[in-house]
Amino acid sequence: MADELLLELVTPEKLAFSDKVEEVTVPGSEGEFGVLRGHASLLSSIQIGELSFTKDNKKTYYAVNTGYAEVLSGKVTILVESAERADFIDRDRARKDKEEAEARLNKMAKEDPEYDQVKAALTMAETRLKVAEKA
Amino acid sequence: MAALKDIKRKIAAVQKTKQITKAMNMVAASKFKVAQQRMENFRPYAGKFMEVLNSLALRVDANSHPLLAVRPPKRIWVICMTSDRGLCGGFNTNLIKAAERFVKTKEAERLEVTLIPVGRKGRDYFRKKAKIAFDRADVMGKFDMSLAAAISQDIIPPFIREEYDELYLIYNEFRNVSSQRPAVVRLFPLPAIGSEEAVDPEKRIEYIYEPSDEILLDRLLPMYVRVLLFRALLETSAGENGARMAAMDNATRNCDELIGSLTLKFNKARQAAITAELMDIVGGTEALAKSS
Repeated sequence: MADELLLELVTPEKLAFSDKVEEVTVPGSEGEFGVLRGHASLLSSIQIGELSFTKDNKKTYYAVNTGYAEVLSGKVTILVESAERADFIDRDRARKDKEEAEARLNKMAKEDPEYDQVKAALTMAETRLKVAEKA
Repeated sequence: MAALKDIKRKIAAVQKTKQITKAMNMVAASKFKVAQQRMENFRPYAGKFMEVLNSLALRVDANSHPLLAVRPPKRIWVICMTSDRGLCGGFNTNLIKAAERFVKTKEAERLEVTLIPVGRKGRDYFRKKAKIAFDRADVMGKFDMSLAAAISQDIIPPFIREEYDELYLIYNEFRNVSSQRPAVVRLFPLPAIGSEEAVDPEKRIEYIYEPSDEILLDRLLPMYVRVLLFRALLETSAGENGARMAAMDNATRNCDELIGSLTLKFNKARQAAITAELMDIVGGTEALAKSS
């Protein structure tokens, strides 16, 4: 059991990925961490960022939204509100989202109730652009 | 002859209506399939989420969280989830009626009720009739988790600031294609989670928590609200299209019936016209024969 690592990437829209992998790197809210087989049981929240895993010596990148990761006896379950694989990211849309968010943020006071939301949208767009470069 | 033409025109009109209802039925059917698929796809996420939330709640005293705070209710908010578009039978009417009934009973208890319509049909109906905190309309056609996130952004902070004491969600529970039922669910305070039975004993393991278990729970609970909202949105979307399929199927059948009875009427009228003409000719020849 301990000699394999199963990754399940679940979003509300679909089961994005489910297979054996060699290594997973997760954008935890307390910093990025890597999971190899035989990792201790862990529950961590995830922030917007770049998730990657290695399978057959090939690295695959995803841009993920907030959620959490559970590591349990050779299985990593990632529950995030959205996950986009690097080669599926629409760069033009991400760029447009980024500009929109920036424009809104400039006009907004920090106390605005929507400030955090727009800020998150901006981070998400930036992450998507960054991850798209790695496709 | 005028009557004949009229009937003919009517038949043509009904036929056109039938084409439209048939097309709408097929569109609804394909949209329904998509909505049902999305519901199916959401299940693993929701299931997994509940599993972790429950096991976490067992460890932490979840009931101290502000989202679970029970206060004697004075002001309550009610989310009323309808579709954006009509022509789906009693789907929205039934829901609005249920919502009104609910509001009335709550008002009878001397509670101050504020509505949050989601979906255009509910918004249009309640716009002038009730106190509204905010609304979301024209969102049902295409939505994702960010809609649930936006709604939860608008309801969580006011609850924590104690601007209201209870939140209810009224939506059409999806049972199958032809059956949806209005359901009332209390969202806030969140029902207690982490009962002993909810967690498989084998799954009660010691995790490393990052950050601490309390903070983690603090982050998971708003996600839980989003999961609940998103599920209701998905069910509304599937229910709406299911209801529209049934309504349009009915309408198509009614058109068929109407065309049948109109054709019968048309044939009778034509027969009557022919008979009348024959009578004319016979009467004419008889008159001619008499006069000669």
